[in-house]
Amino acid sequence: MGLKEKLHETKLKFQGKKMAPAFNAIHTFLYAPNETTHSGAHVRGADDLKRTMNTVIMALVPCLIFGMFNTGYQHFGAINGFPETFSLFDHFLTWDNFWMGLITILPLVIVSYGVGLAVEFVFAVIKGHEVEEGYLVTGMLVPLIVPVDLPLWMLAVAVVFGVVIGKEVFGGTGMNILNPALTIRAFLFFAYPTWMSGDKVWVHGAVDGVTQSGTADAISGETVLGYLAQGNTSGIADKYDLADMFYGFIPGSVGETSTLLILLGGLFLIFSKIASWRIMVSAVIGSLAMGLIFNGIVAAEWIPEYSKFYSLMSFEYWQHLLVGGLAFGIVFMATDPVTGAQTNRGKWVYGFLIGFMSVMIRVFNPGYPEGVFLAILLMNVFAPTIDHYVVRGNVKRRLKRLKNATIYPKVSEGAEALKTETV
Amino acid sequence: MSKDIRIKKGLDINLVGAAEQTTSKAVLSNVYALNLDDFHGITPKMLVKQGAEVKAGEPLFYNKSREDMQFVSPVSGELVEIVRGARRKILTLKILADKTQEYVAHKPLDVSAADGDSIREFFLKSGAWPFIKQRPYDIIANPDETPKAVFVSGYTTAPLAADADYVLQGKEAELQAAIDALSKLTPGKIHVSVGKGGNSVLSKLNGVQLHSVSGPHPAGLIGTQINKIDPINKGEVVWTLAPQDLIIIGELLLTGKFNAERTVALAGSIVKAPKYYTTKIGAEISTFLYASGVNEDKYRLINGDVLTGSRTHPEGYLGFYNNTVTAIPEGDDYEFFGWNKPIFNKISTTRALTFSWMQPKKKYDLTTNTNGEHRAFVVTGQYEQVFPMDIYPLQLLKACMVKDLDEMEQLGLYEVAPEDFALTEFICISKQPHQQIIREGLDLLHQEIG
Repeated sequence: MGLKEKLHETKLKFQGKKMAPAFNAIHTFLYAPNETTHSGAHVRGADDLKRTMNTVIMALVPCLIFGMFNTGYQHFGAINGFPETFSLFDHFLTWDNFWMGLITILPLVIVSYGVGLAVEFVFAVIKGHEVEEGYLVTGMLVPLIVPVDLPLWMLAVAVVFGVVIGKEVFGGTGMNILNPALTIRAFLFFAYPTWMSGDKVWVHGAVDGVTQSGTADAISGETVLGYLAQGNTSGIADKYDLADMFYGFIPGSVGETSTLLILLGGLFLIFSKIASWRIMVSAVIGSLAMGLIFNGIVAAEWIPEYSKFYSLMSFEYWQHLLVGGLAFGIVFMATDPVTGAQTNRGKWVYGFLIGFMSVMIRVFNPGYPEGVFLAILLMNVFAPTIDHYVVRGNVKRRLKRLKNATIYPKVSEGAEALKTETV
Repeated sequence: MSKDIRIKKGLDINLVGAAEQTTSKAVLSNVYALNLDDFHGITPKMLVKQGAEVKAGEPLFYNKSREDMQFVSPVSGELVEIVRGARRKILTLKILADKTQEYVAHKPLDVSAADGDSIREFFLKSGAWPFIKQRPYDIIANPDETPKAVFVSGYTTAPLAADADYVLQGKEAELQAAIDALSKLTPGKIHVSVGKGGNSVLSKLNGVQLHSVSGPHPAGLIGTQINKIDPINKGEVVWTLAPQDLIIIGELLLTGKFNAERTVALAGSIVKAPKYYTTKIGAEISTFLYASGVNEDKYRLINGDVLTGSRTHPEGYLGFYNNTVTAIPEGDDYEFFGWNKPIFNKISTTRALTFSWMQPKKKYDLTTNTNGEHRAFVVTGQYEQVFPMDIYPLQLLKACMVKDLDEMEQLGLYEVAPEDFALTEFICISKQPHQQIIREGLDLLHQEIG
C-alpha cells in the first residue's frame, strides 16, 4: 500500500474529528485533494490558492537569498572595511557571507513560519475550518521586512499579534482589513522602536557591538534614508553609488535592499498574472509624482537649506524607488489582493496614493525615515472606500439607464393598447 | 440588416471529444421522463394519475400559481411512475412509451391572423410556454408580463455544446413560424444572434433584428448578448428562447402536434464516437450513449454542457431544455504535489507554472477534479478578465452571499442568470460555487421583490 492510499485512509479516519483540519492541511500539502465538483461547473481551472501563494513565494526567494549574502557582506564590510574595487564573486557571493546570512536569517524564517502556522492551525482546529494558505506568503514576507538582528522572541510575539488581531479575528484569510505582514511590522515598530530603527540595527552585530563588547562603535550601519534624515546632503554619493542602491549592496531590512531582484520578482508576478500590474505601475507613478513635487519645492527655493527636511526633499525623485522599502512594498505588499482595492479602477487610485504617501511620510516623518508600511496600512483602510466609489459609478450608470426603461403593463390589467411608459 | 457584437473578454475552453457533425437516429427509448427540477420555481399540480394513458402533447401537470400553464407529455404512453422525494415533492414523471405514438391534435394556428391573446393561450395549453424563459430571475416566463424584447442566441461557444448552426439546418419554416408568433407577444424587437462567418439558417429569418456575434465564450450566452444589445433595467422583462426549442414551437403552430424530437450532441472525451443523435425530450440517455460507446466505466455524465449542465447517469433522461449530453472522466484521485508542480494538461487563466497560455488551440481532457479546495474570496481582478458584462462580478457575488437586496439590485442581478457565472466559477481560485450563489440570490430577490 502506497503513501497515497495510507494517507487516504488516515483522512477518512480523521473525517469529522476535531483534528481533521490539521491533518488535511498536511495532506493537501503533499497531495492535491481528490475532491470533485458537485455543483455548478463540472470542470474547474487549474489554479488554486496554494498555487497562487506559491507563485508569490517563488518571486520572494531571490530576495531572501540575496538578503543572506548581503547580511554577511554588510557585517564583514563594517568590521573589515568595504573593498575598494568591488567584485561580485570575490566580495559578495562568498560562502562566508552566505553562511553568516544563513545563520542569522534562517532562525527568523523558522520562527515566522513556525509561530504563524501554529496559530493558524490552532484557529483552524478551534473554528473547524481548513487551514488557509494566506500565511504562506506572510510567513515569508515577515523575515524580509525586519532588521536582521531582531530578537526572535520579539518576532514571535509580533507574529502572534499580527495573525490573531490582523487576520483571524476578522475570519481568516480573505477577510482581513490590514495586511498581516505589515501589521506584524507595525507592531514591532511601535512596541520595540529601538530594535526597528536607528543606525544600529541594520547590520548584523551592530547592536552587540554597542551593548556588549568593549569595541564599541565597532560596527555601525545606517540606511541611506537614515543618513539623509540626519541632514546629510552631499555625502550620499560618496557613501553609496547608484549601482549599489540598485543592486542592493546597502544596509536595510533583509529583503528590501535589492531593487533589481524586486523588479524581477515584480515582473514575474505580473507575467504570471498573480499580482496586479495596475497597483505596481500606479504606485511607481505616485511615488515619482511626490518626489517631483519635493524636488520642485527645493528647486523653487521655498525651503531653506538648514531645514531638516531639506536633504530628503532634495533627494533625486526617482532614487526614492531604489532605497528603503518602497520597491519591496509596492511589489509584494501593496498588491495583496485581500487588503488592496478590488476593482480595476480602484487599483489605480489605491496604488497611486500608496506611492504618493510613502514618499510623503518618508520625508516628513522626523523620527523614522521610512513610510512605506504606514502608507500601505493607511491605504488598506481606505481601499474599501475607494472601491465603494468605483462601484457606485457602475450603479449610477445603471440608474441612468433606468430612466429609459421600457416597462409594459401586465397583460391581465392592460386591456388598453400597450404603450411605452417612462419611469 | 445585422449588427456586429464583438466580445473580447472571455475564455474558450477547448475540450477533447467534440461531436462529429453526423446525425444518427437514436434507438427508441422504452421510458421517457420529465425531471421537474428542470422547471425551476414551478410547483406542479398533477392533472393525471399514475397509471393513466396519455397522448404526446397531453398535459401532465400545471403550474400551481398559474393554472393555465400546462406541461405536456413528450410521448404517448402510460404514466408508470411518479417519483417523489422528501415531503412528497414530485421529482420525476416516467412514461412508458407506446409502440405507435399518438398525438394530441391541436388546430394549427394561423399566426398571421391570430392576435397576441390567442397565441398566448395556444402556447399555454399546448405545452410550448415552458420553453419561454424570462429575465430577471431566469425562470419560465410569466404569461402576465409583456417583454420589452425577445432574445434568441444561435451562436454556440460553450465547451462541447451542440452547434446551433448544425442542429437548426432545414428548419426554416418552423423557426419562422415561432418567430412570427413571438413577435405578436411583444411590441419590442426579436433579437436573434448568429456566429459571425457562420452558416446559420437563423440569418434567413424575417422580422428579426439580426446580430452577428464573435469572440470567446461567453459570447454565445444570451445574457452576454442582452447586456451588449439592450441591457435589462429594473422592472423590465425580456424573454429568452433556445433555438432548438423554437423548432418544437414552430412545428406545434404549423401542424398542431407537440413533437418533442430534437437533435442532441453527445460529446466528451469518454465517448468513443461523439456525434449527434435525433431523439426526444426525456429519452433515456443510455439509448444513444451506448450506441456511441464509452471508454471507461467511471465517468461523469452531464445533461447539458460541462459548465452549466446537471449531473446525471446512463439511466437518466435527457433534460427538457438540453440538447447536449457530455461525458467526461471523474477526477477523484490525488495528485502528488499537485499545487506546485508545473501543469501542462489543464486550463488556466494565470501563468503561475500553468502553461495553457502557450497553446491556446490545444484541446484538453479535463476531469471533474476541483484542482483545489474551497476558500474565501482572495484574489481580485480575475473574474473581470472573462466576464464581458458591465457588472462587477465579485461584488455582485458578495452581495448575494450576504443577502443584501439593495446591493443585488443595484449591482445588476436582474441582468444575469447562473449560467453567466459559469466561467468565473471555472477560473475561480477560491473554488466558490458561483452559479449556486447567483441562483440563491435570484430566488431570494424574486421572493422578496418579484
